[in-house]
Amino acid sequence: MTATGIGAAVRRKEDQRFITGKGHYTDDINRPGQAYAYFVRSPHAHATIKSIDVKDAASMPGVLRVLTGAELAADKIGGLICGWMIHSKDGSPMKMAPHPAIANGKVCHVGDQVAVVVAETLAQARDAAEKVKVDYAVLPAVADPAAAQRQGAAQIHDVAPNNTIYQWHLGDPKAVDAAFKAAKHITKLDIVNNRLVPNAMEPRAALAEYDTGTGAFTLWNTTQNPHVARLVIAAFIGMAPEHKLRVIAPDVGGGFGSKIFIYAEEVVALWAAKRVGRPVKWVSDRSEAFLTDAHGRDHVTHAEMAFDADGKILGLRAKTIANLGAYMSTFSSSVPTYLYATLLSGQYQIPQIYCEVDAVYTNTVPVDAYRGAGRPEATFVVERLIEVGAREMGQDPAELRRKNFIDKFPHQTPVIMTYDAGDYNASLKKAMELADYKGFAKRKREAARHGKLRGIGFSTYIEACGIAPSQAVGSLGAGVGLWESAEVRVNPTGSVEVLTGSHSHGQGHETTFAQLVSERLGIPIENVSVVHGDTDKVQFGMGTYGSRSGAVGMSAIVKALDKVEAKAKKVAAHLLEAAEGDIEFKDGKFSVAGTDKSAAWGDVTLNAYIAHKFSGQELEPGLKEGAFYDPTNFTFPAGCHICEVEVDPETGNTEIVAWSAVDDFGVIVNPMIVEGQVHGGIAQGIGQALCEGAVYDKDGQLVTGSFMDYAMPRANHVPTLKVATTVTKCPSNPLGIKGCGEAGAIAAPAAVINAITNAIGTEALAMPATPQAVWAALQKLNRMPRAA
Amino acid sequence: MAAVSLTVNGTPVTADVDPRTLLVQLLRENLRLTGTHVGCDTSQCGACVVQVDGKAVKSCTVLALQLEGADVLTIEGLAAPDGPLHPMQEAFRENHGLQCGYCTPGMIITAVDIVRRKGHELDDKTIREELEGNICRCTGYHNIVKAIAAGARAMQGGGAATKAAE
Repeated sequence: MTATGIGAAVRRKEDQRFITGKGHYTDDINRPGQAYAYFVRSPHAHATIKSIDVKDAASMPGVLRVLTGAELAADKIGGLICGWMIHSKDGSPMKMAPHPAIANGKVCHVGDQVAVVVAETLAQARDAAEKVKVDYAVLPAVADPAAAQRQGAAQIHDVAPNNTIYQWHLGDPKAVDAAFKAAKHITKLDIVNNRLVPNAMEPRAALAEYDTGTGAFTLWNTTQNPHVARLVIAAFIGMAPEHKLRVIAPDVGGGFGSKIFIYAEEVVALWAAKRVGRPVKWVSDRSEAFLTDAHGRDHVTHAEMAFDADGKILGLRAKTIANLGAYMSTFSSSVPTYLYATLLSGQYQIPQIYCEVDAVYTNTVPVDAYRGAGRPEATFVVERLIEVGAREMGQDPAELRRKNFIDKFPHQTPVIMTYDAGDYNASLKKAMELADYKGFAKRKREAARHGKLRGIGFSTYIEACGIAPSQAVGSLGAGVGLWESAEVRVNPTGSVEVLTGSHSHGQGHETTFAQLVSERLGIPIENVSVVHGDTDKVQFGMGTYGSRSGAVGMSAIVKALDKVEAKAKKVAAHLLEAAEGDIEFKDGKFSVAGTDKSAAWGDVTLNAYIAHKFSGQELEPGLKEGAFYDPTNFTFPAGCHICEVEVDPETGNTEIVAWSAVDDFGVIVNPMIVEGQVHGGIAQGIGQALCEGAVYDKDGQLVTGSFMDYAMPRANHVPTLKVATTVTKCPSNPLGIKGCGEAGAIAAPAAVINAITNAIGTEALAMPATPQAVWAALQKLNRMPRAA
Repeated sequence: MAAVSLTVNGTPVTADVDPRTLLVQLLRENLRLTGTHVGCDTSQCGACVVQVDGKAVKSCTVLALQLEGADVLTIEGLAAPDGPLHPMQEAFRENHGLQCGYCTPGMIITAVDIVRRKGHELDDKTIREELEGNICRCTGYHNIVKAIAAGARAMQGGGAATKAAE
């Protein structure tokens, strides 16, 4: 390992600008003559729009235009789409309802766009928005996914009777029934996976510009995948031809999935920029973000696990209702299906699995991928079932897990996935040592002496990352391929620009991708620039989500580097007057095998461009290579998180007193960055388990619509985290990387709830386990818990 | 419109603003000091924290016109542009106390204020409690807490940049 190569905890190259206030986020960018957009949004969850009167608003100071859905439709701007086709069990396609970028005649959730005001200043646009008169006929609403399909529930879209988008399933129900008949013990759980608001700290924003001279648009946008945004806005929404639309994702302040999707506001900003002939900026405020950013999770599940007399798992079945909100967001359909049910085997040998998923419309904000996307929901089901199963059968939860671990690879699960490599015993063992599992009973007695209930909970999770082989996802309904691209441009002086289709919004690609180049070419990381997030610079890319930047994005760079090295060797052969086959390249030096002749990297790169030593007929000048990499499989990071809590029975307050995480991410490029990803994921998982929850009232009003009401995890919710790794190399990509971005958020909720339920002695506890919820669960036990 | 005169990062500035203009808007829009961020609209997240007369203040919560004669320091002024980083900035980089960078300026200014009030030897519990008004969605706070403890100790050394900020 070199000081800046793969495996080194290199300090981040991007930090200089962030710690000095020199980052360039979308809202930091301003264009000459720019105007400001402000949206009029529905205050009702479900209503028809009888009329919109914009006269007064249009005459307010500074107002340039007030635009409505009718005008958008008249300009033939298409609606937003969901790009992953799911078929129901009966073979019928999912029921995708129209989703206009500005409502036209009907609103379906609080916050739905009704009109947009464009004015000289933001304050003027806001003032004028208050003067837009909308006459609504309010309709009954439904917000609870469990109620959406019931008789008499409000009907949201004509195309979807009973609000049902699809009724999908995976697995063999008869085989699962047979397995359950043979069971000695069956564990049953009703689970609500609480609805979350992603809340990246940078609110979404769009700045759109139209050049009347060239007919080209530029969009600065808070997106995790600028090329996909461009493709959808061009091909499906019809806003601009693809080659006349440049999308730039500059510094992006966190995404967690919520910035994957194509949203109404960027489409409207582009349209408005053309209509008013000025650049138009829109920046979400936080209250708006709560009402418009795609939310996450929101599953209602009944799940059962069947065990034989030895505690071996015979089968698992789950029935889930997934809330997709008022409209189908970009990838929403895939989250509760192929990103969820395919992970229900966890780390275990489960012979039979059957899962049914009904996706429903409700009068709530659309729901889509949020950190982990389906995999946290699956892990919560599996890890709660096995933990509760262990308690019911009187077995040690670690031992029951170990007994059921998959220990031979590759392993074909009954739910599509082929796990390629792992060592689940190793991560469990190491985590138990880190957590001092043996000493837990003593710590529990000690806590009891102080009046506290101490509990411990495991979560041995698995996830599927490195999304994903294009052919495979295509066969499952994806509208896109999920490869990645890279281009390596070597300059005459030997410095390198790496252009990547991945996008960094906190992950540190400018550092880790440079580490890869540094290791391969033997040049300092200072001599490597990583270029991303601009469709005019990078030809195409699929963006960053699903922990794919390392496993897929960096693999594309490896392929391009292979080509660069091959070409450079040809140049070196001419320079050193040797046969190409005799050229060796190591530590940034080209040498002729068996001689002392050598050329430095910079000599070769210069000669590639001056082209004095070879004719253009035998070798093209220049040194620039591109590659597209399509993975051969998903990757399967896995690990064990152990959470230890103390509950105060008087107040119900939970304190997380220890956290031990051991993860297998395959080969690690930068351990400092990987640890940071794990920390962040755990905090989001703790947030889901302890405090976060989007709550709608029965009329579809979001009652947790700001940081005053929606409890984000703060520094004192999170303990000091003990984080370690084990390594099995991923066999399906050249670097052996599995991915680490989502692990913490996937593992943590089950670990926390397993710990609290262990402490309080009842399984009847839903997330978020607020002090009130824990206290109520204790009261319901109808006895004061015994100390130790 | 009304005029306000104040000092920002050592430079006297006068601006003519709509009376409802917030300090953060003055900084970002009039002065183009975009290092100070807006992460919420309820004074909860702390992305907009700056120093006003030596104390940490959420710049989304004060009107620009309240700042007549005040001395404001933003992340851009924490260290001289041609000088070394402030020890707290350096500590955030060294300890990987940031990921997307959006909450970072507010975190760093808050951290310097914690040191002013609580001294150079800070335990984890103190730091976590003092970060009550700052939200980070990326780091899980672990490395921010480490960075602040390290930065606090480094500030005791009292480099040039530290003195400028104190």
